[in-house]
Amino acid sequence: MTEFTKLTLSEARDALHKGDISSVEITSAHLDAIDDAKELNSYIVVTADKAMDMAAKADAMIKDGTAKGMTGIPIGIKDLYCTKGVHSQAASHILDGFKPEYESTVTSNLWDDGAVMLGKTNMDEFAMGSSNENSYYGPVKNPWRATKENGELSDKNTVPGGSSGGSAAAVAADISIASTGTDTGGSIRQPASFTGLVGLKPTYGRCSRWGMVAFASSLDQAGPLTKTVRDAAIMMESMAGYDPKDSTSTNITVPNYEAALTGDIRGLKIGVPKEYRVDGMPDGIEKLWQQGIDWLKDAGAEIIDISLPHTKYALPTCYIVAPAECSSNLARYDGVKFGLRVDGDSLDDMYKKTRAAGFGDEVKRRILIGTYVLSAGYYDAYYLKAQRVRTLIANDFKAAYEKCDVILTPTAPSAAFNLGEKVSDPLSMYLNDVFTVPASLAGLPGISVPAGLSSQGLPLGLQLLGQAFGEEQLLKVADVLETAAGFKAKPAKWWGENT
Amino acid sequence: MSVDKQTVAKIANLARIEVSEDELENTMGELNNIIDWIEQLSEVNTDGVAAMTSVVAADLPRREDKVTDGGYRDEVLKNAPVAEHGFFAVPKVLE
Repeated sequence: MTEFTKLTLSEARDALHKGDISSVEITSAHLDAIDDAKELNSYIVVTADKAMDMAAKADAMIKDGTAKGMTGIPIGIKDLYCTKGVHSQAASHILDGFKPEYESTVTSNLWDDGAVMLGKTNMDEFAMGSSNENSYYGPVKNPWRATKENGELSDKNTVPGGSSGGSAAAVAADISIASTGTDTGGSIRQPASFTGLVGLKPTYGRCSRWGMVAFASSLDQAGPLTKTVRDAAIMMESMAGYDPKDSTSTNITVPNYEAALTGDIRGLKIGVPKEYRVDGMPDGIEKLWQQGIDWLKDAGAEIIDISLPHTKYALPTCYIVAPAECSSNLARYDGVKFGLRVDGDSLDDMYKKTRAAGFGDEVKRRILIGTYVLSAGYYDAYYLKAQRVRTLIANDFKAAYEKCDVILTPTAPSAAFNLGEKVSDPLSMYLNDVFTVPASLAGLPGISVPAGLSSQGLPLGLQLLGQAFGEEQLLKVADVLETAAGFKAKPAKWWGENT
Repeated sequence: MSVDKQTVAKIANLARIEVSEDELENTMGELNNIIDWIEQLSEVNTDGVAAMTSVVAADLPRREDKVTDGGYRDEVLKNAPVAEHGFFAVPKVLE
């Protein structure tokens, strides 16, 4: 039944709680839709039997009266999360055959609340990428295709963004109600923008990182990709929380985020940073940004011009810090304890051959850069320098938040580009994260809200950035922005049957 | 600063990733593109600026120093590419 797959998370929750529909019905409708959408390559593994079991248990919880917001909601889980007994390879060859004997804290939280796992979603290998073309399991196709000048749908595929590209494509194609993502430099927000979804990266420390395959530990955060802001609020509440197993998770109460969606932002101060106007940004994005400013002003917010002077240094800073941390984190993949092993003449030879065969090109590039910037003689010039610039970037935000409550920017400098278009140019790929990386470096929360379509009919998002642990305020403004934008467009179905 | 082929080979060895002689040239070019680009940080004045150590100000929580977990050797070994007699097995290290 297609109507079950069109439901938003909050609509499904309300219908489930009223007893109008069952989780078994919604879940099986999604499994059928997944079957019809194999071309998108958004799932690496579909856990159909497990999903039906979980759905039956969720229906029992609803009958018992113990249901929570996520009870009975079928979701996709990014392959970066360890899920007990299920494929968890961060879309890498080097983790071949790895099935963890434990469950990540974030997914445990979701299952405790009765959520249903549909499967593991595709992603850029180890979350390194902005187009989902770096997966060992092949690229993900964005459900959205451009519209040609004659009004027909192009037959060229676009990328869903990355690294949480499979998670985003699945929600956009209505083959999961919501998905988990992770964001290191924009890996939730940029795919959300490319696929017409809401993507929330919470404050660093809001979610436990335990059981999430580590990329850059000082930046990685879990978050939801959903159809609406309300859905993001519901799912965030379930995912978030203190965890003694992650010493960087913060021990503060998780609020009822949905209650923050009052629709009233009168008197709030919205900062607009002049440094986010970059050369070569398409007119459509510039106009949409201005439109966003006008929408929030009309809703009673006050618009304040602000400056974040070190913005242009955020990307190069991130591309020192993240590779440095990844070169250290990925040292554990050695062919001994789990995953792929390629035999060699000696132990060292085995390590080298295993890692050469097991890692993709972009992962190897980042490990080599990271090794270089941390090596003797270069540590001060690169790594320490980058961490100092990072302090300046965080200070920029601190100063800005003395003048404003929330910051409004575009999410990405372009709409979704074509598959294969940027794959041979790592630097132009990195530029995708130009607007999302600064807040990541400062540990601040950010959300992308779908706000309009490009001249080619592809979705564009606007980004709101909040203060540390200011998710309630952030979601409140995002909800108002979403209402004003009234983004209702869906991708025209070109995949599977009944196109 | 830029890297030469010898430096790339040294880094690859430190990172324990086999890079063949044929690939060195190409890898050197890619790494130098990225290094040239991150070099722009040198124009930022960071005199007297403390390096970031934690984005969220928090004390590292402490707990009692006692064993709270463990005792599942077989589960740990289940994912090993090669395991023998309850151990991970690797090629000979000592001749």
